[in-house]
Amino acid sequence: MSTVNYSRRLLPALLVLVIFCVVVPSAHAARPAEFVENDVWEQMMRFLSLRDQGVRLVLGGSLLLGIGCGVLGSFMVVRKLALAGDALAHGVLPGVVLGFLWNLTKDPLHLFVGAVISGMLSMAVVTVLKRTTKLKQDAILGIVLSGFFAIGTCLLTMGFGLEAGHKAGLDHFMFGQAAALDHLDIQAMSWVTGVSLVIVALLYPKFLLLSFDQAFASSLGLPVRFLHQLMMLLLTFSVVVALQAVGVVLVSAMLVTPAASAYLLTKRFHIMLVWAAGFGMLSGAVGALLSFLGSGLPTGPLMVLSASAIFTIVFCFSPQQGIVIKHFRHVNRQRRVVLENLLKAVYHASERDAHTSDGMTLLDLAKVKRQTLDTIQQDVGGLVRRGLATLSHDGDVLYLTDAGMSRAAQLVRNHRLWELYLTNAADYAADHVHDDAERIEHILGEATVRDLERRLDFPSVDPHGSPIPALSAKS
Amino acid sequence: MKTENAETNVLPLELHDLTVAYHSKPVIYGIDVEVPAGKLVGIVGPNGAGKSTLLKAVMGVLKPTAGWVKIFGEDAKDNLRRIGYVPQRESVDWDFPVTVMDVVLMGRYGKLKWFGWPSKADRHLARECLEKVAMLPYANRQIANLSGGQQQRIFLARALAQEADLYLMDEPFAGVDAATERAIITLLHEMRDAGKTILVVHHDLPTAQNYFDMLLLLNMRLVGFGPTKEMFTQENLQKTYGGRLTILSEIADAMGREA
Repeated sequence: MSTVNYSRRLLPALLVLVIFCVVVPSAHAARPAEFVENDVWEQMMRFLSLRDQGVRLVLGGSLLLGIGCGVLGSFMVVRKLALAGDALAHGVLPGVVLGFLWNLTKDPLHLFVGAVISGMLSMAVVTVLKRTTKLKQDAILGIVLSGFFAIGTCLLTMGFGLEAGHKAGLDHFMFGQAAALDHLDIQAMSWVTGVSLVIVALLYPKFLLLSFDQAFASSLGLPVRFLHQLMMLLLTFSVVVALQAVGVVLVSAMLVTPAASAYLLTKRFHIMLVWAAGFGMLSGAVGALLSFLGSGLPTGPLMVLSASAIFTIVFCFSPQQGIVIKHFRHVNRQRRVVLENLLKAVYHASERDAHTSDGMTLLDLAKVKRQTLDTIQQDVGGLVRRGLATLSHDGDVLYLTDAGMSRAAQLVRNHRLWELYLTNAADYAADHVHDDAERIEHILGEATVRDLERRLDFPSVDPHGSPIPALSAKS
Repeated sequence: MKTENAETNVLPLELHDLTVAYHSKPVIYGIDVEVPAGKLVGIVGPNGAGKSTLLKAVMGVLKPTAGWVKIFGEDAKDNLRRIGYVPQRESVDWDFPVTVMDVVLMGRYGKLKWFGWPSKADRHLARECLEKVAMLPYANRQIANLSGGQQQRIFLARALAQEADLYLMDEPFAGVDAATERAIITLLHEMRDAGKTILVVHHDLPTAQNYFDMLLLLNMRLVGFGPTKEMFTQENLQKTYGGRLTILSEIADAMGREA
């Protein structure tokens, strides 16, 4: 019950969040002051038709970063290294800026080399701290993340001071600007993503084992440490690919959120990879589109908002764990219990007068169930719709159909068998068993019932002396 | 019973002066053991005696600070394919998104080439191993939905899939139901009768007496190793469980502080 109450309280909050995620960016984008010449639809058509070279670059970049982050992020999520991804993302910043300061151009190669060196350096510091101190992972990551980020921010501010820094759009590295991607960037991103994906595909069994059971992996003689370093290198690659479009601050969200959404959806890791890549691409593309419509909004936050919206949807509606789905399932079950209890009431009434009458007035039913006539009429409607009962012409008397009668007999049988089982086998007192049986009767499966019958040696009377109905109601 | 082959004279496992330290703090000291082939050996000792450490050092997962390990007469790292390993059940995350089949297939990964994926033959073998532990019907289940006993059977099936000659098992009986315990011990006896050598870390003394051919009593150093009947004496058990050897553990603590 408590989870239900919890989800009920949570639901409105979630709806607000979803609406917020969807409406706020678009509302902002639609503010007329921002568009002197183009309106939103025209902008959207421009984006979707891919007429512009610029739009194609932006979209391509977003898709590439979505795949890379989704796939590598999945490994981080299942290895409980999600925060290491965050530390790495901040750790690359000093390298990126130094790569730029090297010769004051935004040459992707220099930025890439700088980022990889600085990212791996940050991870090395984490490893050293972990090995030589008693500090736990979270504290170590906190230190490294903020330290490297501070260095990076200082360097970035210095870079701003230079005129070339402004021109190269160095400021975009903080919050991301997909529109700043040029041809060379996309080329570099494609190569890096392609190489990463090929390596992951070739080494998939090894990476899977490393993630699931490292001790077993090293017992097989696999080079565990090398594989881990390689995975971190690939992670650095995907961070660097995403850097310009998403920005340092939020890259980790693109690693974690699509992968976490995928994690809620599947029980197979390779399928999780596919979902995560898909969610990553979708959030990338939607974020780029929103940014395009809002002319000049930073892309990073918009992509992350899209990813969060996807996560929210999955959280609510995933078939197994979605809380909305769970809620509906619960409501359905409650409804079924109410109807089944009505069936039982009719059965009991007919049992009292030795099955001579085959109907019961709604008024009597309301009295027995201590409900208002309105409620009873409503519930009876449910029985009629399911073909379990019919009403007399004036609507006053309820008759069970054959199906309804046999379901009622089944319930009563479940109830009485369970009572008997509790008193006989579990040593319950006869006056303690009724409430428990009231709950259990609705969920006992056919197999369990047969098993109960066998164990109780096919009884005919329950602990209170009432007959246990046979399998077929008409007999 | 035992399969006769050219190697009957080669010991499956030989430890010489094996010492292992965590953060320079010794956990096991100078262990000398020669395990003969085709025996089911129980490793018994109190908490912190270094039982798991011993297994990990045999496989090279932990690097020994001194001494050496030989597996079938060769350096351990060159002969890892002949070892099958069952880690402690709690050592992995059972919410991991893999199925039972996926886990058992991992037993084949040691035989894969660098860029290899498991083949159809591997799958077939994995199914057979699952059948041996009566878990085939669960092959496509996610591991999260299994009971403790079932999880343990999966790990056993994975070890069987390794087709090894020397098996190292870390507490395979921990937290399993009585039926699973019986099934596992039957399986271990079958494996032993097929000529495999099996080392099992075990916690429960009363059953240890009945389950194993030989006992290895461990408490930071080797207390004794031999046939169960000879080892299972009041005096030996007292030595094993009667508190840690004070001087040894004091020195270990001191070395830990120095480091």
